[in-house]
Amino acid sequence: MKELIGTKLGMTRIFGPDGEEIPVSVIEAGPCVVVAKRAAEKDGYSAVQVGYGQRRKKLFTKAELGHFEKAGVEPKRYLREIAFDGEVEIGQELNAAIFKRGERIDVSGISRGLGFQGAMRRHHFSGAQKTHGQSDRMRAPGSIGQSSYPSRVFKGMKMAGKMGKDKVTVLNLEVVRVIDEENLILVRGSVPGKNGSLVKIRASSRGNNRTV
Amino acid sequence: MKRVMQIEQGQMKDQIPVFKSGDTVKVHVKIKEGDKERVQVFQGTVIGRRGSGTGATFTVRKITYGVGVERVFPLHSPNVSKIQRIRQGKVHQSKLYYLRDLTGKSARIEEKLEEKPAEQKASAEKAPKKGKKARKAAREAKPDMKAETKVTASVEETADVTPDASVEEKTDE
Repeated sequence: MKELIGTKLGMTRIFGPDGEEIPVSVIEAGPCVVVAKRAAEKDGYSAVQVGYGQRRKKLFTKAELGHFEKAGVEPKRYLREIAFDGEVEIGQELNAAIFKRGERIDVSGISRGLGFQGAMRRHHFSGAQKTHGQSDRMRAPGSIGQSSYPSRVFKGMKMAGKMGKDKVTVLNLEVVRVIDEENLILVRGSVPGKNGSLVKIRASSRGNNRTV
Repeated sequence: MKRVMQIEQGQMKDQIPVFKSGDTVKVHVKIKEGDKERVQVFQGTVIGRRGSGTGATFTVRKITYGVGVERVFPLHSPNVSKIQRIRQGKVHQSKLYYLRDLTGKSARIEEKLEEKPAEQKASAEKAPKKGKKARKAAREAKPDMKAETKVTASVEETADVTPDASVEEKTDE
């Protein structure tokens, strides 16, 4: 298991070995500094707490500063736990180089917030007909339930509401290129979130991680 | 976004020959057949250029056996090995999609010829122009730019008679 915290920088396209165009997302992955470790014996599970990104020192609370000081690392903007096999020391830096070209990865992020959307956009409802005497029901969701029994709307009914800003994971993406010096990973296809948003990258749980 | 641009920069060609909509060009395209690679030439009229960065493309249209053929080439693709401008066209639009509806005589594009010299301007601008042109010639002295270089050379010879010709060359850059 390999995992990293990073930032989605944006999309572009590059040319492959045969001159074909590859759409890629550029992700800055790491450097993630190990701040703490969770051990199975002590915490009930094993993980690594890493820090990533920068923030003005003034904005940290004293408690946070103390936590970083204990680990002997610079304060970082984000603190996240990641699953990481293998030996790591506190203070060690994890870089994009742990991923190789051709590997398959999963990328999680928070999708773009789209605000309050109707049922057609949010749940792909088909709406109602334009003709046959109806006038203002074209984008209406239709019936949301039965009658005197059950006399209520079931939980989870698909209706209009806030859309986006969910945790989304895109599985089995191909690593097209890794630029070690700049901690950049180029991934084929799109990843969740706006440019500049935080993403989590892990070795894919799908596919066979074959080299392409 | 800046760092994405840097990646794009690495993907882009340093030298793109000057051409625009209305020009007749020869595009040399690398084609892979099995393990063999050969170069195919596609000649036609540029009817549009679009996009920026790595994604920039241009569309070339030609008529083959009475059938209109259009190809869209990625400007920076390594498979597009060479672009030669054969003829400059005089057009008023950047996108010449109207050519699709035209055939025969009406589908022709007037050639853009060197314009008449502006006498007063010529003497004043001659000096700085020379330097720029020399640099341009040096830049274009790459083997795949032979045609372009020749054009520049001939312009240089006639520069004294029609100084505005070189102005023309420059503004196209």
